[in-house]
Amino acid sequence: RALGFALPLVLFSAFWGLVGIAAPWFVPKGPNRGVIITMLITTAVCCYLFWLIAILAQANPLFGPQLKNETIWYVRFLWE
Amino acid sequence: SFVAGVIHPWRVSAFERLLWRACRGYLVANFVEMPEPMEDPTTGESITWVIFLISYWGEQIGQKIRKISDCFHCHVYPYPESEASREDTISGLHSQIQDLSVVLEETEQYLAQVLDKVVVALPTWRVQVQKMKAIYLVLNLCSFDVTEKCLIAEVWCPVRDLTQVQDALRQGSYKSGSSVECFVQRIPTSESPPTLIRTNKFTAGFQSIVDAYGVASYQEVNPAPYAIITFPFIFAIMFGDVGHGLLMFLFALWMVLYEDSPSLRQASNEIWLTFFEGRYLILLMGAFSIYTGFIYNECFSKATVIFPSAWSVATMANHSSWSSAYLATHPSLTLDPNVSGVFRGPYPFGIDPIWSLATNHLNFLNSFKMKMSVVLGIVHMSFGVLLGAFNHVHFRQWHRLVLELLPEMIFLLALFGYLVFLVFYKWITFTAAESLVAPSILIHFIDMFLFTSNADNLPLYRGQVPVQTVLVVLALASVPVLLVGTPLYRWSRSRAPRTGRPAPVATVEQEPLLEGQEAGNSVNSTKEDVESGEHGADDKHLDLAEIFMHQAIHTIEYCLGCVSNTASYLRLWALSLAHAQLSEVLWTMVMRNGFVRLSYVGGVVLVPVFAAFAVLTVAILLVMEGLSAFLHALRLHWVEFQNKFYVGAGYKLCPFAFAPDAWE
Repeated sequence: RALGFALPLVLFSAFWGLVGIAAPWFVPKGPNRGVIITMLITTAVCCYLFWLIAILAQANPLFGPQLKNETIWYVRFLWE
Repeated sequence: SFVAGVIHPWRVSAFERLLWRACRGYLVANFVEMPEPMEDPTTGESITWVIFLISYWGEQIGQKIRKISDCFHCHVYPYPESEASREDTISGLHSQIQDLSVVLEETEQYLAQVLDKVVVALPTWRVQVQKMKAIYLVLNLCSFDVTEKCLIAEVWCPVRDLTQVQDALRQGSYKSGSSVECFVQRIPTSESPPTLIRTNKFTAGFQSIVDAYGVASYQEVNPAPYAIITFPFIFAIMFGDVGHGLLMFLFALWMVLYEDSPSLRQASNEIWLTFFEGRYLILLMGAFSIYTGFIYNECFSKATVIFPSAWSVATMANHSSWSSAYLATHPSLTLDPNVSGVFRGPYPFGIDPIWSLATNHLNFLNSFKMKMSVVLGIVHMSFGVLLGAFNHVHFRQWHRLVLELLPEMIFLLALFGYLVFLVFYKWITFTAAESLVAPSILIHFIDMFLFTSNADNLPLYRGQVPVQTVLVVLALASVPVLLVGTPLYRWSRSRAPRTGRPAPVATVEQEPLLEGQEAGNSVNSTKEDVESGEHGADDKHLDLAEIFMHQAIHTIEYCLGCVSNTASYLRLWALSLAHAQLSEVLWTMVMRNGFVRLSYVGGVVLVPVFAAFAVLTVAILLVMEGLSAFLHALRLHWVEFQNKFYVGAGYKLCPFAFAPDAWE
């Protein structure tokens, strides 16, 4: 089953977009509002960027994993 | 006739001998030891005295005896001749003893009563004395008025709290019932005000790690709100492991949930107090470590298969006909992404679990982590440079936006932002089909600076060389702008005729107050430059040279720093690699040995093996690696991030409080 690249991209972008862009509007007014909004946006940017780097680095692999023969036997018959 | 007295027990034999020899036997001496020891009035020792009674006849012998007794330091007492007077003396002495003991008893009773009364009142007295001492200590900080009738205290007060202070003064005067009221007055000053950043129990930990490097200059942008998230995030990049992050998170959660318990708060162990003060910091560090652990796909060094792996071994095996016989003769084989169906699209969340089974997984992981470190580092640094814009806007130094921020951003982004672009471009456009001829970004980057080209290294995109030339020229052009832009601007401003004196210390600043009879802490008398407005150049040459020198240092530091700091972010890669390798070693060399035997004996053996694994995990991976990653994250923030915008030359406001040693 093909995993696809578009679906995770859309899902995670939407999720972190929600955290970083939509959620700040709903923070209740109080003395900590500014800090909480800063925290939300920073978290969204950091975590999204980190996930994006991880998935882009694997999108077009230039070489594949080198496995021991035992591992190949195990994975072939027990994972698939 | 008699001589009666007491003598020290050690001198008895000598005394007896001397008496015998001196008086030639014309005396009768009786020695009796006292029933209980008594105190010697001269030395205070308690000695068992010996009582002696000497009966003699003849006046001369009596005198001799008395002289000898004197020599021997005996205490001689009168001994009446007749029996009746002796009885009288004894009864008199007895009654005296009785009287004295009664007096002693009564005195002790009275003393006990007085002390009982004092014990009840003592705590109140102690508190009163402490209060008085504390108040006087603070009053000592004030100075006397010219008229010597009142005390003056010069304090710093935040503008926002001014009405509160006035209210408090009014209340205090009213409560103490004094006729003269304390009042508050603002006075102008040229001293630089202290920095006050209000924090709550959550933000205090993060503010303290920023302040540990340097307190923010007055009204400078504060990096702490951003550090609340970026610091735990950078820590987590170096620590990424779900299991270890979870342990750290739970430990911090326990501390946070029980933070009001007095046994936790008032412990005397300093190391524990350090951990306790940073409980929210550790909580966030643990939470982010769980996230990065999922992305690195490491849980106690084991990968989890949340989604099915993207690499299909079966397809490769079928394509290359890997039969069991073939596998037996080839100990290791590689999956080829060029074969269709072997690689089915990237793993949606994190690193593919197949890599943890691969023998060449460091090849892939190193490339990924190094590029990740460089990308995140450049993003972090650009963010730092951008934060400087807040400073320039706040202090109304618009020229610095154009003459400093713009060249800095161009330099950083044209060179290193372009590097980030190359990294992402290569990830997106180059597939396994071109893997044999895939260009090396590093060689391209070096060639970009040297204006050379390498025939073996294919270009990444069409028109790469002219684009790179333009970028390098742009970056090089921004250096002289950064170097002389601001000094020239300020010099030209100071030479232009001015309409009037620039306003003295701007109204937005805090000003010291004048108060009477209320105490505050005296101000540090640091004569630092106030960071607002421009000073009239009294001595133009000195000012100009200093400005140029300062700007030259800043330019060199910035440009060289861009290169070295980018490389410095590679510690994110190095430490995460170290952590992964350490946890893998602990697994293969400690824990896995517990699963080797499959019998009941194996189950028993597993218990001490797990104990060793747990102890080593906590000691090496949590404590040692945690402290190490903490330190490096701190260094990255303090040096690489903050030297892009932070001055940190301020001093903290010491709020009015009674000194703690007054409570001793």
